[in-house]
Amino acid sequence: MPPKAGVILAKRGFRLRLEARTETPRWLIYATPLLALALTVLSGAGLFALLGVDPLRALYGFFIEPISDLYGWTELGVKAIPLALIALGLSLGFRANVWNIGAEGQLTIGAICAGGVALALWNSGGWWSLPLMALAGLCGGIAYAAIPALLRTQFNANEILTSLMLTYVAQLFLSYLVTGPLRDPDGFNFPQSRPFDADALMPPVLEGFRLHWGLLAVAVAAVAAQAVLTRSLLGYRLTVTGLAPAAARFAGFSAPGIIWTCLLIGGGCAGLAGMLEVAGPIGQLMPTVSPGYGFTAIIVAFLGRLNPLGICVAALVLALSYIGSEAAQVTLKLSASVGTVFQGLLLFFVLACDLLLLYRIRRE
Amino acid sequence: MDIAASILVAVMMAATPLLLAALGELITEKAGVLNLGIEGMMLVGAVCAFAVAYKTGNAYFGVVAGALAGVTLAAFFALLVLVLLTNQVATGLALTLFGIGLSALIGKGLVGQPIPRLPLLSIPGISDLPVVGPLLFGHDLLVYLSLALTFLAHRIITRTRLGLTLRAVGESPHVAHGLGLSVRRVQLSAILIGGALSGLGGAYLSLAYTPMWAENMTSGRGWIALALVVFGTWRPLRMLAGAYLFGAMTLAQLHLQGLGVPIPSQFLSMLPYLATILVLVLMSRDAVRIKLNAPAALGKSFHPDR
Repeated sequence: MPPKAGVILAKRGFRLRLEARTETPRWLIYATPLLALALTVLSGAGLFALLGVDPLRALYGFFIEPISDLYGWTELGVKAIPLALIALGLSLGFRANVWNIGAEGQLTIGAICAGGVALALWNSGGWWSLPLMALAGLCGGIAYAAIPALLRTQFNANEILTSLMLTYVAQLFLSYLVTGPLRDPDGFNFPQSRPFDADALMPPVLEGFRLHWGLLAVAVAAVAAQAVLTRSLLGYRLTVTGLAPAAARFAGFSAPGIIWTCLLIGGGCAGLAGMLEVAGPIGQLMPTVSPGYGFTAIIVAFLGRLNPLGICVAALVLALSYIGSEAAQVTLKLSASVGTVFQGLLLFFVLACDLLLLYRIRRE
Repeated sequence: MDIAASILVAVMMAATPLLLAALGELITEKAGVLNLGIEGMMLVGAVCAFAVAYKTGNAYFGVVAGALAGVTLAAFFALLVLVLLTNQVATGLALTLFGIGLSALIGKGLVGQPIPRLPLLSIPGISDLPVVGPLLFGHDLLVYLSLALTFLAHRIITRTRLGLTLRAVGESPHVAHGLGLSVRRVQLSAILIGGALSGLGGAYLSLAYTPMWAENMTSGRGWIALALVVFGTWRPLRMLAGAYLFGAMTLAQLHLQGLGVPIPSQFLSMLPYLATILVLVLMSRDAVRIKLNAPAALGKSFHPDR
């Protein structure tokens, strides 16, 4: 007898099957990301055991020790700023099924543009240096995201692949700049630019810590995203396009318009994040300006349920995966890639737990 | 003439990992499933193949390990998209991120270690013939396997009942389900085959193309393989041509760098990525052709109740 439709587990008279929900209970929307986190920590413990490290000791060293003092918390903020900013931009697109995977490249171009301004104004800047750099970063990111938007709307080329390919191109371009035209003349041939002057550096929130006022940009972006989603026609269009493309077409929502909007907003946010990185914690142009924030932000967006407030919380969680793996390298002698494994696992679990929102698991 | 032959051999080597991975993705997509995790499966395949070849001293065990590693990750992907009905795009991205991390973790102590290269299957006498020898009879197992599988896939997809089933599931899972075909079983098989081939593609990189392990050594080949499927408009033989074209370009780019052309090496390294974009634009421009050739249900989760 062929298996009955929708059966997910059948064993000796014990069957589990999926039943479509007509309505999703509200508490479940908040509970599933927490469940995903719990499952990630559990499998993390298993992973540590496999690597021959005492799981409890490792989990403590990875998740708790790094944020047991004020310095740890400010560092958490430093990493969460770019993650939240990029994820807020990407989340609009993900709602409408526009997949900008190239935020890492847009961040890189934003960093290059902002860094270019900082170096051009070297020792001749003023209070206006930072706003100018922010503008350059924003425009750089927007312009770079315009390429996949144009290729998608004019030539039907898949934006996932084009934006990703452009990431490699952007990183190679940055590598060229810091080994060539923008290399520090007094830098003993190291592939990096001059350190920016004081006018081109983000002021710290607390003296002596790296946490900077890029926090404000995140707050503004989060409020703006919330307003767009809940109070504007654009937000409604994005949601309809994602949930029911046919209905959106019927309503006359311009599909190219949605694609352009989503990609440009995502690119702008990523470009600004790039500016904040080089003007904040890095302070100069280097061959690598981001440890994969543009990719991790995708996980942040999903863990935060594409909701602005949720994204801000999720950014802190993913920031911890960076800080934790740095700490684990020192205290537990583990490879820094443990953090990336955790990030991948977390996204798996977040997606898997979404099943509970759409379906009920029934025992027969 | 010998130079021409050695260039062609090098082109084939550069093309083989792309061809294997792209063929795997083509089969997966024919069943209506979009797996964006190729890069991750290739990396884990590469590192597992390398690790096993290093421990056992036999590259063939490495090949098997690479394929098995790809299948394992693909099974994970299948569990999510087929049983838990997750979004295929996001799940594929998760697989890539996971694979990047996992491969770096596994390969931590393997960087810079030597291994035996995958042996060339030379036939004494014939392989030493000028031009024809190295070109036709001087390759390793995976080069021949990639070609044989491409022709086999073409044959199966276009000429057999099995191929028809695969295509039916990819075009309309609901109709296929109505006809009594097991949609989930077909999609599962396609995903696992895709994983095995991606793993083999990765294994080729670390066992033959550059017999060593380096973090992120695929450098975007998994994504280029995805573009090759579009380039081939979901047809194995056209995809074969595309893979060899890309192989030729990779090689040209490397040689230009070696010759000391006064162009910064970074710009030359951009070429494969820019070419991928160009190819996508040229092939996708005709929306009707893409729509006619792409499996109609590509990327959509299937659940009989919905």
